[in-house]
Amino acid sequence: MEIPANAAAAARVKIDMGIPAQNPEPQTPARIQIEGLNFFYGKMQALHNISLVIPANRITALIGPSGCGKSTLIRTINRMHETVRIARAEGTILLDNEDIFRLDVVRLRRRVGMVFQRPNPFPKSIFENVAFGLRVNGFKGSLSEAVERSLRRAALWDEVKDKLHKSAYELSGGQQQRLCIARALAVDPEVLLLDEPCSALDPVTTAKIEELLFNLKEYCTMVIVTHNMQQAARSSDFTAFMLDGRVVEYQPTARLFTNPSDPRTEAYLTGRFG
Amino acid sequence: MSHPPINTSPISHPPVSHPTMTHRLRWRKAVSVVMLSLTGLCALLIISILFFILGYLVWNGGKSLNWDFFTKLPAPVGEAGGGMANAIVGTLKLLLIASLIGIPIGVIGGIYLSEYGGRVFGFIVRYTTDLLNGVPSIVVGIFAYSLIVLHTKHFSTLAGGFALGVMMIPITLRSTEDFLLAVPRNLREGAMALGASKWKTITSVVIPAAYRGILTAVLLALARVSGETAPLLFTAFSNRYWSPGWNQPTASLPVMIYTYAIAPYEDWHRQAWAAGVVLLGLVLAANIIARTVLSRGIAVPR
Repeated sequence: MEIPANAAAAARVKIDMGIPAQNPEPQTPARIQIEGLNFFYGKMQALHNISLVIPANRITALIGPSGCGKSTLIRTINRMHETVRIARAEGTILLDNEDIFRLDVVRLRRRVGMVFQRPNPFPKSIFENVAFGLRVNGFKGSLSEAVERSLRRAALWDEVKDKLHKSAYELSGGQQQRLCIARALAVDPEVLLLDEPCSALDPVTTAKIEELLFNLKEYCTMVIVTHNMQQAARSSDFTAFMLDGRVVEYQPTARLFTNPSDPRTEAYLTGRFG
Repeated sequence: MSHPPINTSPISHPPVSHPTMTHRLRWRKAVSVVMLSLTGLCALLIISILFFILGYLVWNGGKSLNWDFFTKLPAPVGEAGGGMANAIVGTLKLLLIASLIGIPIGVIGGIYLSEYGGRVFGFIVRYTTDLLNGVPSIVVGIFAYSLIVLHTKHFSTLAGGFALGVMMIPITLRSTEDFLLAVPRNLREGAMALGASKWKTITSVVIPAAYRGILTAVLLALARVSGETAPLLFTAFSNRYWSPGWNQPTASLPVMIYTYAIAPYEDWHRQAWAAGVVLLGLVLAANIIARTVLSRGIAVPR
């Protein structure tokens, strides 16, 4: 079972580093356990001793001021940081108790999908965008069924079902972002990482995507980086507040926003800095 | 129920008179008008030079273009008529060999530089390519001459095509690199985040996003070498007759233009003009065909 392992790991981390890393909801199994993660860009250290347990089938939000390491942290979870030549990560990240740094990177990214800040559909048709991950991973079965299922999950099917073979660039920004979510969902990831997915979208579209994320909890675990505190408060179950490459506080969202235990969290939430 | 008092008297502004301001404004407008007309004039000048050349070429060449020009061999000296069928086919054959050498090396090299190139080796390749681009075309001709003609002991289509191919490499390579580098990073990340390997990302996302640019680069390179004369003088040489296969000297349009233009015969001058028009037409046709065929795809909006 995963729970005792988490508890033990969390306890050890707490003693070693004094950082609150315990599963904020111990009855839910952990999907990802981050332990003692340090991250460097060349000589500059971007993350210091991060330890976090991310519960399965929940939405965990990372908030904090610009440059605090939120994006770096989320990009380490599917090892996207390896595309940057001078980036280096040290520490452990376990996905279902498997060390992600020992997994084949292609298989890891199939299990941990990612949605980016700006919608980045490929220069292909809507259908081919969603089918891309399936084709790359040698999917055997009905492509059109899989594409339809993903588009339905991303709440985009009704809007695009009549123009599946049109260019993805004909869609609006919000539709493009949902297409990117559908594309990530097509390969049935266990975890979906969202790096400020709504920062380029208007409030109505943002609300649509938040609702969509809520409904996706059934299928996967989500980690969302956001600049928008209201968004974190509305849509996430747990929130980690980061500052200068460290996790300051990690709590169930309601508690973090109403009753933060660290004065720095309170200062950030009330707008005194950041 | 009384309305609040409304002051209907006109609002008194101070009189609008800033003599310095209006003067300044007039001056700025004048400068703007002058600069705008200057840029327009320069644009017009460039365009008109281009159209003058094209018009002159078409005017002179068009007169001597006829069906014979495309179907007949050059007429012997002193005899009127004849055509340049062998030179047209020769140029096409030379460009085919040049493309087979220049496009793959240029495009694949460009992919290497933009996607894989290490700092030191990438620098060396880039620098060498730029040097190669600056090498005078006649020197490239000598290179092909000493490498192929001296060994095979005769001029050939192959040697000429090789020389042109070498000239295509740097143009294709550097522009391919530029266009690939212009593909937004988040597209690559999107593909890699779905579990695509680096090579798969390049072939299925990066190149499709950049292919219009790459195609333009290839066409530019082709257009550039199609008019080259110097490297052909002692590689492909020339030929008054058909050149069978790839291992014989061949006629080509640029060399024919050169030979005919400096000859003392009025009739040959007309033929040289016609050859110029045909060469231009070839490049134009390739351009139009490639653009219409490939513009049906999807490219990344900028």
